[in-house]
This record gives sequence, structure tokens and C-alpha cells, in this order.
Amino acid sequence: MIHCYQFREHNIVIDVNSGAIHLVSDLMYQLLSDPTTVFHFPKEDVAEATEEIKALAEAGMLFTDDEQITTEMLEDRGAVIKAMCLHVAHDCNMACRYCFGDTGAFDGPRSLLSLETGKQAIDFLLAHSGTRRNLEIDFFGGEPLLNFDVVKALVAYGREAEKSYGKNIRFTITTNGLLLDDKKSEFINETMDNVILSIDGRKDVNDKMRLTPGGKGTYDVVVNNFQRFAAKRKGTYYVRGTFTADNLDFAEDVRHLASLGFQNISVEPVVTDSSKSYALREEHLPRIFQEYDALADQYLDAALRGEPFSFFHFRIDLTQGPCVVKRVSGCGAGTEYVAVTPEGDLYPCHQFVGNPEFLLGNVKDPVFENRLYDRFNRAHIYIKDECRDCWAKFYCSGGCHANAYHSNDDLLKPYHLGCETERKRLECAIGIQAVLATQA
Amino acid sequence: MKELKQVKTIAQPTLKVTAEKGCGECQTSCQSACKTSCTVANQECENIRRR
Repeated sequence: MIHCYQFREHNIVIDVNSGAIHLVSDLMYQLLSDPTTVFHFPKEDVAEATEEIKALAEAGMLFTDDEQITTEMLEDRGAVIKAMCLHVAHDCNMACRYCFGDTGAFDGPRSLLSLETGKQAIDFLLAHSGTRRNLEIDFFGGEPLLNFDVVKALVAYGREAEKSYGKNIRFTITTNGLLLDDKKSEFINETMDNVILSIDGRKDVNDKMRLTPGGKGTYDVVVNNFQRFAAKRKGTYYVRGTFTADNLDFAEDVRHLASLGFQNISVEPVVTDSSKSYALREEHLPRIFQEYDALADQYLDAALRGEPFSFFHFRIDLTQGPCVVKRVSGCGAGTEYVAVTPEGDLYPCHQFVGNPEFLLGNVKDPVFENRLYDRFNRAHIYIKDECRDCWAKFYCSGGCHANAYHSNDDLLKPYHLGCETERKRLECAIGIQAVLATQA
Repeated sequence: MKELKQVKTIAQPTLKVTAEKGCGECQTSCQSACKTSCTVANQECENIRRR
């Protein structure tokens, strides 16, 4: 399978199954995408292009068969948990209108994680991590800074506990920033491998969605806190926003966040019920694509000028990247990734929390058997009909399980709007690398 | 393969040469920044043997 598309003035051909990517002449592009259109090219040039296509195919760089992975390999990897989304607070000091977590409560009681349950969650992760050395714990909520003493104590506990298992826990935290003072920033800077700072962009856009429970906008406080934090941050961080039908010009929000001095930016499509006025719909796709094109221009300009600017979804490593097993199996929700509530309940990921159909057990259970392991382990690209003939399958890995379930009530049926936007982002990401390759 | 005049290859066939069971030491994609969507290809490989 190949995918041919044009990005700026470049003709790009992706050999889907090998991962090879080529820039080709106009003639070869037409030969590959529609051979009936090459009659006006000189015959000797057509013959040369045809020979080169044959040479690429023989070298395993074009029209490659998909033969790397068998379904048996994927379904025989062993149940190992390596990543945990730890909900330290099912409560929040914001009441964002689009929140998928019921403004922090996740359709349950408002509660905070106790230190004891938190320790049991870490013990659970260590005990079920098999031979994996690198483990991850993301302090999530609600708003984790509402329970910061427990976060601090759990980092200390994890640092000690990992020694006896010979593991390396990477801590991350996702915060809305309202309580991010200098003291907390200092601790986070010292202990967290990655930090996600939630803000949507321009003040009017942010304050339409990200409100205090009393209805006040949060932009002014949050920007100040995030700028102070980012100025001192030595490790990785992302400012992460959400765009909705109300700000389809979201490239402006990315630009705004960059103008505030933030270098690593991620802005994501809203995940919400399709009945909401701000939900993204099919009719918005042309405008969304236009915005990604604008962001690609911005990304390229910054890269060519050597300026620090990173848009999460345009980061792609064409020289290596993840192995093919990772690309096939996806995010690991329900298999190697779990979410834990303040009560210690286990779910496949943060987006399934509160849904009894997906309750896996509790970190306090003496024995854990993941009853949904097979269901999630088998939700890979070779099983999903929509993925089989999609050129992007080795880049998106079949998409988000939660999006599939929430949009189609089926883990195996990807969220169509998500697929469309993902393909566009990938074309931009690969196109950017193509342009940079020609400049090198 | 002889020099090609109508093609410039910008990415070699990485999927082909990395066929293996996967060491699993890399970051879980959803932990990095998105939390609501899934791009896996921008994750870094942490298998030292592949570098």
C-alpha cells in the first residue's frame, strides 16, 4: 500500500508497510497516483521513472507487503502494567464547560486520594510491571494540586519503593495551574519528568470554557503562574489546550501561547457529546484542516529560523520512532496502562473512569486478574476494519479506544472525526520533515 | 541500488528492520501530552539496541 499526497510544492509518497517515505518528481507522482495522466511526458522519462519504481519495489521501499507482525505475536505479549494515571483528586477548583470528567467528579462523589491508597497504587504498579524497568505515574485529576501533600509523599514513597524492584518511575503531573505557586513549582521542577499545563489559548477563548465554579475566567491567574513556572523549568513541559467548534481558528490560540513564551504546545480537539453546541462535526473538517496547514507553516518557519517552537502532533522522528509492535498496538489502555481513582478502583484509562462496564478491580484486591485484557489487547489495527486499508495505521496505531467507544459504542470502530484530523496532522508532520530534508 | 534521478528518499524503511516483539520501555503515548487522542509515531524509542 502507498499513500501519495502533495505538501507545499513537494510530491510525497509513503510506503505504508515499510515506513519508507520518498520525495518524487512530478512524473513519478502521476505515475504512482494516476498513470493515465502521464501521456504528455517524454517516453524516455516515463521509462526511467518506471524503472526507478521497480528498483524501489525490489529494494523493499515501495509496495511492500505487510508481513512484520502476526496477530499471535500481538496477543501473546504477557500482561504487564507499566503506566498509571493516578487520580489524586476527584475534585477540581475549575468547572470547565467541556470537561469529560464531570468537572472533576467523574460521575461519582468528590474525593481525594489518601496516602495509604496512593501507596497501594504504587505497590500495585511495581508488582505488576514484570520485566519493564521504566514505569510512569501521571498525577491527574480533577486537579492534583488540591491534594499536593499526598503527591509529594507519593513521590518520596515511589523513589524508595522502586529501588527494591530495580525500577525507574517517571512522574508526570497535569495541572490547571490555579494553585501553581513558586513552592509547588519548585517541587514539580525537581521531581517530574514531564508537566502538562492546561490552558486553551487566547483570553476570550480560554475564559469561555475554563471557568471557576463561580463562573469567573481563569486566564489571568493561570498565565501568570505558567509563565513563572516555564521560566524556571529545566525538563520537559507542554502547555495543552482544547479547541472546540467555538474556536475553529485554533491556530491563533497556538500562536498566542507561543507569544506568551511557551515553547512546547499541544492543542487537542474537544472530546464531548455530539449534542453539545461546541462539539466538533464533520462540516468543520475543511476549516480544521486549514488551521493545521497554518500551523504547519508556522512550525516550518520557526524550524528554518532555528527558533524553539514545538507543536506536539507535528513532532515525528522519521529516522527511528517506535518499533512496529508499538505502532500496531497503540496506547496500551486496558493492557499496560491503567487509571486509578481515589478509591483505588482500576479502569483501562482516565476516559473510562466511572463506567462500571470498564471497572477492572481495585488496587487493594489481593489478586488482580484483568478481565478486559483480551478485549483491549485485541483492539489493534489488524482487527479494526477501518484501519486495515488506512495509510496512517502505523502512525496513529488505530486511534483512541475511548474515542471509539464513546462515539460508536465499539472499541473496534474508530472515531471517524478523529481519524480525519489525525490523517491531516500526520500529512503536515511528514510534510514538514520533507521540506526540512530538502533544506538540509 | 543505483542512483535514482526521480526520487529522493527521506525516510528509510524503519518498520521493516525493526520487526521484533518490542521491549516496552518507551513512554505510554497518552501520558505525554494529549490525554484525549492518540499519536504514537511521535514517541521516542528507548531500546538502546535499535539506536
